[in-house]
Amino acid sequence: MSADLPLTPEDVAEIVAILDGGAYDRLEVRTTRFTLRVAREGGGWTQEWEWSASEAPAAIAEAAPRVEVGDGLIAVRPPLPGTFYRAPQPGAPPFVEAGDTVGPDSVVAIIETMKLMNPVHAGAAGTIEAILVDNAAPVDGDALLMTIRP
Amino acid sequence: MIRRLFIANRGEIALRVIHTARRLGMITIIGATEADRDSLPALRADEALPVASYLSIDAMIDAARGARADAIHPGYGFLSENAAFASAGADAGLIFVGPDPATLATMGDKLEARRIAVEAGLPVVPGREGGYPLLIKAVAGGGGRGMKRVDREEDLDAAMAMASAEAEAAFGDGRLYIERFIASGRHVEVQVLGDGSSAVHLGDRDCSIQRRFQKLVEEAPAPGIPEDKREALRSAAVRLAEHLNYRGAGTVEFLVDAETFDFYFLEMNARIQVEHPVTEAVTGIDLVEQQLLIADGQPLALHQEMIALEGHAIEARINAEDWRCDFRPSPGVVHRAAWPAGPDIRVDSHIAAGCVVPPLYDSLIGKIIVSGADRAEAVARLGDALDALVIEGVETTAGLHRRIVRDPRFVAGGVDTRYFEGFADA
Repeated sequence: MSADLPLTPEDVAEIVAILDGGAYDRLEVRTTRFTLRVAREGGGWTQEWEWSASEAPAAIAEAAPRVEVGDGLIAVRPPLPGTFYRAPQPGAPPFVEAGDTVGPDSVVAIIETMKLMNPVHAGAAGTIEAILVDNAAPVDGDALLMTIRP
Repeated sequence: MIRRLFIANRGEIALRVIHTARRLGMITIIGATEADRDSLPALRADEALPVASYLSIDAMIDAARGARADAIHPGYGFLSENAAFASAGADAGLIFVGPDPATLATMGDKLEARRIAVEAGLPVVPGREGGYPLLIKAVAGGGGRGMKRVDREEDLDAAMAMASAEAEAAFGDGRLYIERFIASGRHVEVQVLGDGSSAVHLGDRDCSIQRRFQKLVEEAPAPGIPEDKREALRSAAVRLAEHLNYRGAGTVEFLVDAETFDFYFLEMNARIQVEHPVTEAVTGIDLVEQQLLIADGQPLALHQEMIALEGHAIEARINAEDWRCDFRPSPGVVHRAAWPAGPDIRVDSHIAAGCVVPPLYDSLIGKIIVSGADRAEAVARLGDALDALVIEGVETTAGLHRRIVRDPRFVAGGVDTRYFEGFADA
């Protein structure tokens, strides 16, 4: 956290206006807190910022446990990383429970990614063997959500 | 006098609010979730406090009180139009930078909003009589969340379940309503400011370029609208704002017939909008500053005749999405972010090299706003700005915008909301 605003957008525009009339193609301002690189790019200019404290970001979401799928079972994985929901809305009954019979197009869960609801399809006909992720848990794109016994 | 401003939001709008608040001499405090702990808004605010969720009223109010804030700016999305949030703020002695709770409740209930608009003499879109296609909308909606087009009766139940889930996730309210889907219309909206007794407009914006009701490109003013219709549109918006005794910045959205330019009230967004910078570019007025002044209880210093619109401005939303792959979200770490720079180019973004685009939130990573003396100049400048843009690490919609900006239909101006149909495959 820091109170100083190093350079405003107006400052950057002014820097570009000055450089644009001259022979330089590149200007780099480096301080302990940030680096600003202004460069000629094709017919225009770009600004690139780097913030010392914004490096090394943490992992985005904790991965759901990976379980081997054996025993002739079929894996159900999410179409995208996101949040796993078992029901269309809070309080509604889940799409499926273990033991339910599903077809390839059956919706068995929802993955919410960037505020969009993406249906998870069973992908195969069979019986839901196990549901391996808790409701509302963050999942990776390759997480094992459920298994289906064909 | 607001001295300590709490920002209950994230991303580019949080940075945008920090920028103006700091210029006005306020101390900025942000509530940031764990995923946003190292985000630029959290680093750049004067103070940052952890919050569990941007949708949690209790968490936000507790954090704002803990920070001894005297006002809350809610940004857009999340709790920005939540009447319970505004009320909880007032109960805690905090100024809510936005309309009063009663207005939020009225405009947040889209059916009630329609009724009020009719009362104020505005034309509205017909309901479900007239058959398919229909448009499902969230009663608590906004920003296109929970909106689905339905062409056949057999698809209605499934579409409603999905729309309801999206609405529940986005607004905490899964209720829906249905309107007739109007195919050939333009989405034109009017920016208003009100101080509780009088209201002014800051011109119109065209947001017809949308995909699944998510805006991609916005511009001000709306191109090719006959002056008498434009004037009627703008005065209708002011009439609604005054009818509501509206306090704050708001946007009145209309569907405009692309042929006759007849218009219908769609909804009023009682908050700052994503696309507000195009209005700022053509008016020279800082809308966040106006919001803060109004929230502070000051009467509007702007009169209609003082507001002059000059030139043309266009905004392109850069989202972390793979537009070639059905706009699949593309969260991840940005390794390089070279945004365009220069005179008449504005970039509102919270993404620099090393920043994370988490999968938890929406995919907007930045907005490029260009202006020019006229539309042709702005279009050319947008083309150059997009060519200069380099984002590495996540997929973005930049390539799509490069195609739009060179598309003859866009260059000509005045496209309707069907513009995007089939575009990505073309």
